[in-house]
Amino acid sequence: MTIKTEQPVAAKPERVYVHTKRPFTFSRWARDTGWRHLIALFAVVFAVFPLLYVLSASLNPAGTLAGSNQLFGTIDFSNYITLFTNPDQPYAYWFLNSLAISFITSGMTVFLGAMAAYAFSRMRFRGRRVGLLSLILIQMFPQFLAVVALFLLLSSIGTVIPALGLGTQLGLIFVYLGGALGVNTYLMYGFFSTVPISIDEAAKIDGASHAQIFFTIILRLVAPILAVVGLLSFIATTGEYVLASIMLTDPTTQTLAVGLYSFVSQALSNNWSIFAAGAVLAAVPVMIVFLLLQKYIVGGLISGSVK
Amino acid sequence: MAKTASVPKPPTPDKPRQSGRASTAASRRTAAGFVGGNRGTLGLVIKIILLGLFDAFAVWLVFAMSALQMWIPLAVTVVIAGLINWIYLGKGKRLPGKYLTPGVVFLVIFQIFVIFFSGYIAFTNYSDGHNSTKADAISAIQGAAQKRVPDSPTYAVNILRKDGQFYFIATDPKGVVSIGSDTQPLTEARNPTRDDTGAGTGLAGYETLTLSQVLSDQEKITAISVPVSSDPGGGSLRTDDASSAYLYKSDLAYDQKTDTFTDGSGAVYLDDGKGEFVTSGGQQLTPGWKIEVGFKNFTEAFTNTQLSGPLLRVTIWTSVFSIMSVLLTFALGLFLAMVLNHPTLRGKKLYRVLVILPYAFPVYLSGLVWAGLLNPEFGFVNQVLFGGAQIPWLTAPLLAQFSVILVNVWLGYPYMFLVCTGALQSLPEELNEAARVDGAGPWRAFRSIKLPLLLVSIAPLLIASFAFNFNNFNVIYMLTRGWPRFSDTTFDIGSTDLLITMVYKVAFGQGGARDYGLASALSILIFLLVGAISIIAFRRTKALEDIN
Repeated sequence: MTIKTEQPVAAKPERVYVHTKRPFTFSRWARDTGWRHLIALFAVVFAVFPLLYVLSASLNPAGTLAGSNQLFGTIDFSNYITLFTNPDQPYAYWFLNSLAISFITSGMTVFLGAMAAYAFSRMRFRGRRVGLLSLILIQMFPQFLAVVALFLLLSSIGTVIPALGLGTQLGLIFVYLGGALGVNTYLMYGFFSTVPISIDEAAKIDGASHAQIFFTIILRLVAPILAVVGLLSFIATTGEYVLASIMLTDPTTQTLAVGLYSFVSQALSNNWSIFAAGAVLAAVPVMIVFLLLQKYIVGGLISGSVK
Repeated sequence: MAKTASVPKPPTPDKPRQSGRASTAASRRTAAGFVGGNRGTLGLVIKIILLGLFDAFAVWLVFAMSALQMWIPLAVTVVIAGLINWIYLGKGKRLPGKYLTPGVVFLVIFQIFVIFFSGYIAFTNYSDGHNSTKADAISAIQGAAQKRVPDSPTYAVNILRKDGQFYFIATDPKGVVSIGSDTQPLTEARNPTRDDTGAGTGLAGYETLTLSQVLSDQEKITAISVPVSSDPGGGSLRTDDASSAYLYKSDLAYDQKTDTFTDGSGAVYLDDGKGEFVTSGGQQLTPGWKIEVGFKNFTEAFTNTQLSGPLLRVTIWTSVFSIMSVLLTFALGLFLAMVLNHPTLRGKKLYRVLVILPYAFPVYLSGLVWAGLLNPEFGFVNQVLFGGAQIPWLTAPLLAQFSVILVNVWLGYPYMFLVCTGALQSLPEELNEAARVDGAGPWRAFRSIKLPLLLVSIAPLLIASFAFNFNNFNVIYMLTRGWPRFSDTTFDIGSTDLLITMVYKVAFGQGGARDYGLASALSILIFLLVGAISIIAFRRTKALEDIN
């Protein structure tokens, strides 16, 4: 995590003499930074255009794919209203389901991962190294590869505990928690190890139990990594499609990914504007949080998880 | 991953071990000390409550499972529950277990177990028509083939309800009143209430449905089939109008001794060893049942001409897709990182934020948005950028593969950009000067000095990215569903399918049988491929050496 995007390049001494003393000429500017602006502009158009297109489509009352090609021709919020009033697509349910499932999953992931990381970083026991290694190994196999087995497992769990069976959101959350350890633990383990062990020892001498040390001291000191893991897990859960589409069949229990996909895949062209409105609402919160916490996330990303 | 480990570490690996011992000593000492009195009381109470709830749940689970005769899951539950109690009620050496157990339980059930379970399913014929035991299949066949027995007596019935389940109260022509349901064969009712004609209308403890209640549950009621006796061959009662019921018997007679079905025309259905009853003429009864089939699913993947050709093409395309995705995203990300990594570039920060925007946009939405943009008839790209041309971006095989990679580059380059920017900024500035002094031009300096240094830290991420793209389900499924379809197979497989989307469609696709066995066999294949990649990744990653 030593790598950060905003490393102080400015601190390097060269910067001072490059530009201050020489007079401005266009050719030198073009050779030096001008072409960089040109490329950057191209890149920005490539990056941002599809996003602007969705935004424009969502504000277009024409409703169809063909009608959405005039960018920002008209601005109208009727699609957003249809989104919440049309009973064909229970968008409000999808939104709340996604929010609830992702929130619980990421919260529990942070908690389970933090406990495991605490054990790995603070205690020495037999099988510790093997345990850490196998966590990384297991994480190489994405959970959804076993989608058939998970489907059958949940359907037989459902015969004993209906509340955890197929079609239940709790069952889906449990499945997601199967992946709670893995890369998260490794990420947290690295961060936990940066907290000096002398803090634990001081607390022990003052009579704190291991649980008190963990809950009241360590968790506070490692709060940044908890936020990063929580956020990454939140984003990953909201975007998960394979397992959610298998487990949740009733439209009112589905998540945004499953619901929006089935909604738009039935009639891509005709439902386009409403889908776009749904997409904007689904993406904006995630994007805002992502950009606000970008600096913290980048460190976590570099240390392991890949999109 | 190596980066995490370069941060300051606890003094020495030995220290925690010592302090671990010291802690138990300290806890013994302080237990009697001044803080020992209320220390952990709250924690203890919480622990006892949680453990109590867990144990209550486990006991309930054991009862529920024994009622369903699930003996193996029951044994597993008992062992796990016992282990958890042993860990949380103990002291000393079990301490790490207290922190690891909750996560590990989920991991073992929903990640490790299912991998092995996939392995088992891959060796069975588990599929839509074969999803239960032979006994279940026999009774399902008997139930499905029911026909009204000619000249059989008419029963007068009324519909009763208890705990949400429907019952028939049926009166036979002799006036004997019996009660039964789907699951409970007809038995004589004691002291039923009768109407003027002597037909039973109600029974204590049961609710008699009124006409309007019957009408509102019409479909369920006409589907009820009450066995006349516990012998499945004895036939069952059904009703069309909720007032009179007739005896229905299976057209197919099952003979236990020979293990065969015989139908009205005299055709004999034999167990063919493939989990089905089949006549010598090849006519088959549904459903079949689940059996173990050995390596059949695997051999089928390589010998069935419907499957082997497409599978090979999909495997090659999956590799091409992952390699191209990694190379192109890395190239574009690195290029942009170098362009924007200039000390005096104005607006650098703004550019960086805008350029990584695709990364913040949820992947499943990106796929769908691009599917709209590239739509051949109405999409923005054809209509506006190409002036109304009908370029088949997502429907012609090669062009669809190009489009899929293009979209994946759009999705993936911001990550590489972030990573490369970080890595570039961590390179010492002196390298540039040293190269210049030695007479190297900018390209030479990049090619021979910066790139090799960058690759040291980025190579593991490239391998991880390859493994990730190998299973990049969302992009493909949301953008093309794997289509355009191959014309030489009846399976729903197409030119842009990755192995993982193929597995998904074989197992859960619409139209066509869901073949869980084959899908699991294919996912085992992916396991092996990903496993090989991981081993290479491990060899090349130094992260493992940092664990101590």
